[in-house]
Amino acid sequence: MAERCAVIGVGQTKHDVKRTDVSLPGLLREAVDRAFADAGVGWRDIDAVVIGKAPDMFEGTMMPELYLADALGAAGKPMLRVHTAGSVGGSTAIVAAQLVHAGIHERVLTVAYEKQSEGNAMWALTVRIPFQQAIVAGAGGYFAPLIRAYMRRSGAPEDTGIRVALKDRQNAAKNPYSHLVFPDVSYEMIAGSPMLWDPIRYMETCPSSDGACAMVLASEAAAKRARQAPAWVHGTAMRSEPTMFAGRDQVNPRAGRDCAAELYRKAGITDPRRDLDCAEIYVPFSWFEPMWMENLGFAPEGEGWKMTQEGATALDGDMPINPSGGVLSSNPIGASGMIRFAEAALQVRGLAGEHQVPGAERALGHAYGGGSQFFAMWIVGRARP
Amino acid sequence: MSAVTSILTPIRLDYTYTAGRATQRFLLGMAEGRILGQRCPQCTKVYVPPRGACPQCGVPTTDEVEVSGKGTVTTFCIVRIPSDVLSVPPPFTCAHVLLDGADLPFFALIQECEFDAVRMGMRVEAVWAPPAELAPTFESIRYFRPLDEPDAAYETYKEHL
Repeated sequence: MAERCAVIGVGQTKHDVKRTDVSLPGLLREAVDRAFADAGVGWRDIDAVVIGKAPDMFEGTMMPELYLADALGAAGKPMLRVHTAGSVGGSTAIVAAQLVHAGIHERVLTVAYEKQSEGNAMWALTVRIPFQQAIVAGAGGYFAPLIRAYMRRSGAPEDTGIRVALKDRQNAAKNPYSHLVFPDVSYEMIAGSPMLWDPIRYMETCPSSDGACAMVLASEAAAKRARQAPAWVHGTAMRSEPTMFAGRDQVNPRAGRDCAAELYRKAGITDPRRDLDCAEIYVPFSWFEPMWMENLGFAPEGEGWKMTQEGATALDGDMPINPSGGVLSSNPIGASGMIRFAEAALQVRGLAGEHQVPGAERALGHAYGGGSQFFAMWIVGRARP
Repeated sequence: MSAVTSILTPIRLDYTYTAGRATQRFLLGMAEGRILGQRCPQCTKVYVPPRGACPQCGVPTTDEVEVSGKGTVTTFCIVRIPSDVLSVPPPFTCAHVLLDGADLPFFALIQECEFDAVRMGMRVEAVWAPPAELAPTFESIRYFRPLDEPDAAYETYKEHL
């Protein structure tokens, strides 16, 4: 029987297009200081640090964990770096949770970040690898054909993506850490925004953000001494699959389905739409909301869009998705997955502020990365498992 | 005096990089105007370009097969922002093209038609560089263009989206 693990502190930065007011270590410290204040702990209470970010080329700082060790109080303590592309924020939190589940540490600090303004992610994603075909237009150019394939397979109304973006952007206005906030956002504003990678419009796309997220994970004994109510980890799961193989279903990847199945088994979930009160899922382009809802089993295959169209995923719907405004509103790539996990924890602790889902007991955090091939998920709950 | 907020620090790294056996066969084919793939001896799927092993079965793909320059657009995207990689001005259309005889679509530029005339199921063919310019690179295929053929039925390519 594994030790119990709880989230006792959550912190994130104000996400923005350029955080020129802070250095890279300063950005991380902003998130860590807030997580410590939430948990009521200090540097001496931390046994180990687990850090994650997107590939080093995105900022051009190689092995930044070495350079950041001092700023994260990791001198003389175990420090671990996790690499799983865009899903890294989620898998970093899971690795940290495993150190607690295994009974190795009492309190683990986990941090994820990206300072996109100090690098060029688009360049890093399209750089030529010798003897290989180039990806011509960054992540949008990669994912747009998959979205078109989903539209064809599901027969979803063409404005489904617009409705996702409208809902996420309205939610973002309730989140003080959001990077992108459009106070007067409307359906027409999104529908009229330019196509970048048809069928993806400008306002259906995530931004490039500077930001960080941190959590303090604790054993049961340490959680009892925390300042505020913890979020208990009910289950975690990770899965991956190769980028390319014949017959690979990139719209509804098997790795994601298998990951969700293992997660639900561990957390005792039999009907995710009924058993979960809200979910923070990794939606960098609006259409990934219905796609991932099917992958996660909230809706039968081909019917995820119905939940979006019916308003089920809105803050006042029966299955609120991304109450925080999601990746569409803040995207410090490496941190984006951890923000999903952290927001799920805030919901079940009742600390999500204006975007709180009333009475949330159990919430899902989800991250994906690479070519829809790396998945990391957890379920956190108010009740001790 | 304005504050220094950023500096540019160009870095240069030189590599000796080898293509590997399977990719080399493919690239040498490109230089001859041929598209060479490899078939998995277990699941019989044909990979173009070949990687030397089947990602599903984990066995070497030893049987070389030449596939057609004709294929079917399975899905696509219209790019309306400039590309760092392609010199084609936007808007342009990139598609997943499933070559006849292959089991994995690959990403290709579609030209010689309006950018918004591309559709799922459209039949296309490779347009090669002039013989003197053929070389062991992907760029030996300049782009794909529409074929004067009826669209492929959705059922024939729906497993390759």
